[in-house]
Amino acid sequence: MKSFEFFEPTTLAEASRLFAAEHAQLLAGGTDLVIGMKARTETPQSVISLQKIAGLAGITRYGGGVSIGAMTKVRDIEVSDEIRNGYTALAEGAAEIGSIQIRNLATLGGNIAHASPAADTVAALLALDAQVDIAGANGERSVPIDALFTGPGQTVLTPGEIITRFRLPSPASGSHYIKHKIREVMDLAFIGVAAAVDMADGTITGARIGLAAVAPTPIRAMEAEGLLAGKSLTDALLAEVGEAAAAACSPISDLRCSAEHRREMVDVLTRRTVQEAVARAQV
Amino acid sequence: MAKLPVTLTVNGDEYDLLIEPRKTLLAVLRDTLGLTGTKEGCSTGDCGACTVIVDGRAVTSCMVLGVTAAGKAITTVEGLAVDGELHPVQQAFIDTGGYQCGFCTPGFIVASKALLDENPNRTEEEFRHALGGNICRCTGYTKILEAVMQAAEEVQATA
Ligand code: FES
Ligand code: FES
Repeated sequence: MKSFEFFEPTTLAEASRLFAAEHAQLLAGGTDLVIGMKARTETPQSVISLQKIAGLAGITRYGGGVSIGAMTKVRDIEVSDEIRNGYTALAEGAAEIGSIQIRNLATLGGNIAHASPAADTVAALLALDAQVDIAGANGERSVPIDALFTGPGQTVLTPGEIITRFRLPSPASGSHYIKHKIREVMDLAFIGVAAAVDMADGTITGARIGLAAVAPTPIRAMEAEGLLAGKSLTDALLAEVGEAAAAACSPISDLRCSAEHRREMVDVLTRRTVQEAVARAQV
Repeated sequence: MAKLPVTLTVNGDEYDLLIEPRKTLLAVLRDTLGLTGTKEGCSTGDCGACTVIVDGRAVTSCMVLGVTAAGKAITTVEGLAVDGELHPVQQAFIDTGGYQCGFCTPGFIVASKALLDENPNRTEEEFRHALGGNICRCTGYTKILEAVMQAAEEVQATA
């Protein structure tokens, strides 16, 4: 690992000022950065830890929904009753990251700010309509999660801007996340699909579908979502929804699987995820 | 960068150290403190051999910068025995023969200890899944899980 200057600011303003410098990197949980620095794919001149800034971690009620601090460990999200009950897809996504030892370090903010199209929590945050709060030199702003990503490893964050928390609106009636993978644990997602549905009297009143690892950025399957609104679920509708989701993606072929396989699996897994989210909404 | 003054609390002992920020907690434990029970396998977070407990949580110490562990309570495999008496999970690994070369053993023992502290009442399947971040290249895991299940019974019986 190359040498770097290490900072542990205690305020966001100070962290933001330090992070605005050239070749600066933020340290959240360290699970991506420390490994990247060892491999020398990351060679920052300064590393700014967020660990000493008070108030960046924790799950709290917020209006009718919840606020999840960016420094909240994904293990805490995975085991939180509030998240498991109200935002099931996110608990399921968090549980898919690495191992318990890694989830005890990794943070939600880090998982998202890294902007990997394959991040395990991102499909769920898309389906659950998360709002991302950001602090920077010019004050605070907030963007919907589907406007955060601009490319692999890239976001709308400007130099010095730091994600501070994720706000989720009141819980959907049901949600679910499926990760397509080979190993039971410690695997990268071939595909991640999350769905959240609102239901009233057996009718779907609204639906959101998040897809990870099927395009340069995580995406929503808007057309598929539109097909579900105002309907009750039938096999014919599910088939249409699966096809629409598959059409929304632009997958690549890589070591792990081909683009054709990914597209086919998006179809299959979207159907399964939506079906399960609807089933959960009805209990 | 210059070394930073850091106080680490490892197995209840305080150490005043000067650490380079780029040193991982794993490197500090092994190279600076000579606590070589914690092993370096992959150094990329994939094998679990470097597992230690920090403030009650099992973590892969190869992913932690040593300077960020200041002020936290660190427990390594060397700190599990109390007054010369092995922790139930250590004894169980001996009783069942839950190791061959032994390289993965400290990581499994420390990870299991954290799981038992959190909730010993798990099925074998649940323990198997929860230990998914620990890799063993020798045993085939059968004896390891036997050991963990024995320790879980022991811990519940004495709880
Ligand atoms: S050495 Fe840390 S996980 Fe392998
Ligand atoms: S006993 Fe040799 S790696 Fe597990």
